[in-house]
Amino acid sequence: MARIGVFVCHCGENIGRTVDCEAVANACGELPGVVHAVDYKYMCSDPGQNLIKEAIAEKNLTGVVVAACSPHMHEKTFRKATEGAGLNPYLCEMTNIREQCSWIHEDRDAATAKAIDLTRFISEKIKRNSPLAPISISLERRALVIGGGISGLQAALDMADGGREVVLVEKQPSIGGHMSRLSETFPTLDCSQCILTPRMVEVHQHPRIKLLTYSEIESVDGYIGNFSVKIRKKARGVDETRCNGCGECQSVCPMKKIPSEFDAGLGNRTAIYVPFPQAVPNIPVIDRENCLRIKGMQKKKAKAACGRCAEACGRDAIDFEQEDTFVTEKVGAIVVATGYQLYSIGKEQTRKGITGYGEYGYGTVPDVIDGMQFERIASASGPSGGEIVRPSDGKVPKRVVFLQCIGSREPSKGIEYCSKLCCMYVAKHTMLYRHKVHDGEAIVFYMDIRAGGKGYDEFVRRAIEEDGAKYIRGRVSSIQREGEKVRLTGFDTLSGEQMEIDADMVVLATAMQAQPGIESLAQKLSVSYDGHGFINEAHPKLRPVDTNTAGVFVAGACQAPRDIPDSVAMASATASKVLGMFSKERLEREPTVAGVDKVTCSGCFHCERACPYGAVERYEVLNRSGEVEKVIAEVNEGVCQGCGSCQVACPSKSIELEGFTDAQIFAAINAL
Amino acid sequence: MKIGYFPGCSLHATAREYAESLGVITGPLDVEINEIDDWACCGATSAHATNHLLGVALPARTLALAAEQGHEQILAPCAACYSRLAAARRAVDNDPATGAAVEKAIGRSVGTARPISLVRLLAELAPKVREKAKRPLEDIKVACYYGCLLVRPPELNDLDDVEAPTMMETVVKATGAKPVSWNRRLDCCGGGFSLSRTSSVVRLSRTILEDARGAGADVLVVACPMCHSNLDFRQKAIARRSEGGMDIPVIYLSQLVGLALGQDHVALGLGRHFVSTASFISRIPGPREGESAAATEVG
Ligand SMILES: Cc1cc2nc3c(=O)[nH]c(=O)nc-3n(C[C@H](O)[C@H](O)[C@H](O)COP(=O)(O)OP(=O)(O)OC[C@H]3O[C@@H](n4cnc5c(N)ncnc54)[C@H](O)[C@@H]3O)c2cc1C
Repeated sequence: MARIGVFVCHCGENIGRTVDCEAVANACGELPGVVHAVDYKYMCSDPGQNLIKEAIAEKNLTGVVVAACSPHMHEKTFRKATEGAGLNPYLCEMTNIREQCSWIHEDRDAATAKAIDLTRFISEKIKRNSPLAPISISLERRALVIGGGISGLQAALDMADGGREVVLVEKQPSIGGHMSRLSETFPTLDCSQCILTPRMVEVHQHPRIKLLTYSEIESVDGYIGNFSVKIRKKARGVDETRCNGCGECQSVCPMKKIPSEFDAGLGNRTAIYVPFPQAVPNIPVIDRENCLRIKGMQKKKAKAACGRCAEACGRDAIDFEQEDTFVTEKVGAIVVATGYQLYSIGKEQTRKGITGYGEYGYGTVPDVIDGMQFERIASASGPSGGEIVRPSDGKVPKRVVFLQCIGSREPSKGIEYCSKLCCMYVAKHTMLYRHKVHDGEAIVFYMDIRAGGKGYDEFVRRAIEEDGAKYIRGRVSSIQREGEKVRLTGFDTLSGEQMEIDADMVVLATAMQAQPGIESLAQKLSVSYDGHGFINEAHPKLRPVDTNTAGVFVAGACQAPRDIPDSVAMASATASKVLGMFSKERLEREPTVAGVDKVTCSGCFHCERACPYGAVERYEVLNRSGEVEKVIAEVNEGVCQGCGSCQVACPSKSIELEGFTDAQIFAAINAL
Repeated sequence: MKIGYFPGCSLHATAREYAESLGVITGPLDVEINEIDDWACCGATSAHATNHLLGVALPARTLALAAEQGHEQILAPCAACYSRLAAARRAVDNDPATGAAVEKAIGRSVGTARPISLVRLLAELAPKVREKAKRPLEDIKVACYYGCLLVRPPELNDLDDVEAPTMMETVVKATGAKPVSWNRRLDCCGGGFSLSRTSSVVRLSRTILEDARGAGADVLVVACPMCHSNLDFRQKAIARRSEGGMDIPVIYLSQLVGLALGQDHVALGLGRHFVSTASFISRIPGPREGESAAATEVG
């Protein structure tokens, strides 16, 4: 005979204000099979949990129903309490009389009646619950990191230092991401390369990190603990095992005028190139779109168009015929750290629904550049060797105007969010400029200054008070060419004055956007993303580095605009999550997964088509002589997420979700 | 192609030449424009500055008439008229309460007719303009002036890009002329302050004309009677304040297209401007050889 205990929680005022909890307890006490029913102010508190534990012992309960908040909130708490009192945790269920009752109703009598109904519903279900034991699944204790910016590097190093093997996949020829292109970094103005390069080298030399650059994720199979990832290694055109990075090939390449991506188009590179001198690995790559030899091969020209690099290479490392190759890696966890791209100011946009600034003359008025271009101009490794000169004529600009919020906080351009760190890097830019051009004037147009962070507001104040940056609150309406100058027409919203400024150079602080193509990667990983393409965290406050797919974590600017300190903190957080997961030999999983009745299953595989997770597999039933008698469905417990779609689809009722069997659900419905 | 036509007040009065040139070019471009019967003033700035409902209801009535007379589109050559019609369309479509109030006020259903500006219409007809062009305007350098109301406010924009529209340039290229690249294409000329704050208009219009001249333009092309009046009629006053004078003819886009189509300049109303267009016209060679003079075709 069932002996059910019902525990009704007031949740302080949250439930008690609208639902008469005592009446609910009294009414439930009368239900068939219920031998104990009480109400209490905070059931999740220690005394509340003790009420449950004591009742289980004293009344010899066979089932516990807690009428309180959403099971998302406290199911774990109450199941643990139940287990602590010696009862199987799956014999404890919650009924939600807060989110689904007290919070959404006003009439106390009606809400109380509904709370009783909801509790009766679960009381009937629980009579048919059976004890379940967690499933144990195998665990591949290696991790994959996607993206080799500062976030990915940090995550990889932390995990590898923690003793686990890591595969790091970077799509560019070198690791380093955006940080490798920055000059000096806020809030301390330390040189970006100087703090980053050692990490890059450390990653490269780490015995437990397998580095795959110029590579991309092709497909992802499997589930937490057991992912199988196929990686495409793009044809580099250079044999990595032979190349020693001497650089001879670059110096002989005749294609010398290709705009360098690393220098944001301000410098040039060759067709066979290492993106920057500190690149890791220091192995060149052939740009197939610009290499004369490869273009000739594609056009099936009989005579080899070029080949100087191959002739110059003393180690026979150049391989024009090289093709993409594939490797498959088995890993237990994945960290996504694919970073960001910058908003493009002109007409060409990489995302739908985003438009540019036609009135800002980017691309048409010379000396209107973006923040990353300024970083390259200011960088010691940049095209001007760190001297601040403007691109059009190489002269030192005496008046530079910086515009904040280009794209950011601009719903009419399609981006309503704040990119968060532009206020900081613009302040940094004014400092870098004033430190190098003492008689130069730095003017900033801003909407608000958002400098939240340790030492951040002080940093902006320093730019204004010590380095003399002039901040004007207002927007610029247009940027035009006026002879050798760049004319800005704008409005100072504090003094209410219209203004016209003739500048030598204009720097636009553009918004941070999600990487192009992030959606397709996210789909391969089954992780969700927001309308802008930023990867969604599982919970904005409590699970900031988890995604909605178990075993996949997220770090850095691919989740939202993030500066370096934020990115590194997130990266270390993902590493600690993964290391925690890897501290066990096997993974435990909730046993609420689907199971197949092998006798009645006819092998129609409707369940296979219904399953969104690919958890249904094929199982061959053999007769005594070892021949296949029939092929039926089988559920991979590691993959099954317990959604129940198969159960609904099965015509012969041969597949059922543990904890949510037809018998349980129909009994509950009949109780209403 | 058949569309409704809303001349508004100016095309019957101060901007007669705009209407005349339109009348001359539609035929060769296979467009039939039908003036909306019983149209009323769009209300211009006066109405919407006085009363929101009035500002919407007046143009909405014209939209309603156009729909009743079987038009899906109404050509509004005046940029201000276009703007008011578009504002009414938007207000009625986006807010059911306004829609209901307007329909009560005008006593009819607003229907679904949509306004179109002359710039968009001609940009869509650009291939045809190119095909029918008889007089090469190759040596003519044109400054395309959009002003405010064709693209602003952005939610009423009729053109390809609010901040960097190219549709006028597309039309100019189709005529064979060369659009120059200049800065003040989208600046304000002073608009309706022409009489109340003439000095502002003179100042604003001057920067526009000076910039166009600096960019080497032979002629300024507009698609708004208000802009035209400020830039053309005020040019004498502007020239007095500007070094080296001015003397830039300001013509309508439809007139330029008419010239390319080989139409007679008198029929195109090119004699009606304050700044003489004579020297500019004299620079345009006659129709290409083997083609009859267009002037005789125009009745
Ligand atoms: C102008 C400017 C100045 C800045 N200055 C500062 C500063 O002074 N201080 C500061 O703290 N922050 C600064 N930042 C911010 C800083 O750049 C970021 O915080 C940081 O780069 C984020 O690192 P990340 O690793 O998350 O992303 P990223 O640096 O973008 O790295 C992501 C990496 O992932 C790779 N990748 C992308 N997609 C894939 C894929 N599908 N497969 C494999 N690999 C992939 C990319 O190639 C890249 O290497 C600045 C930003 C800008 C724009």
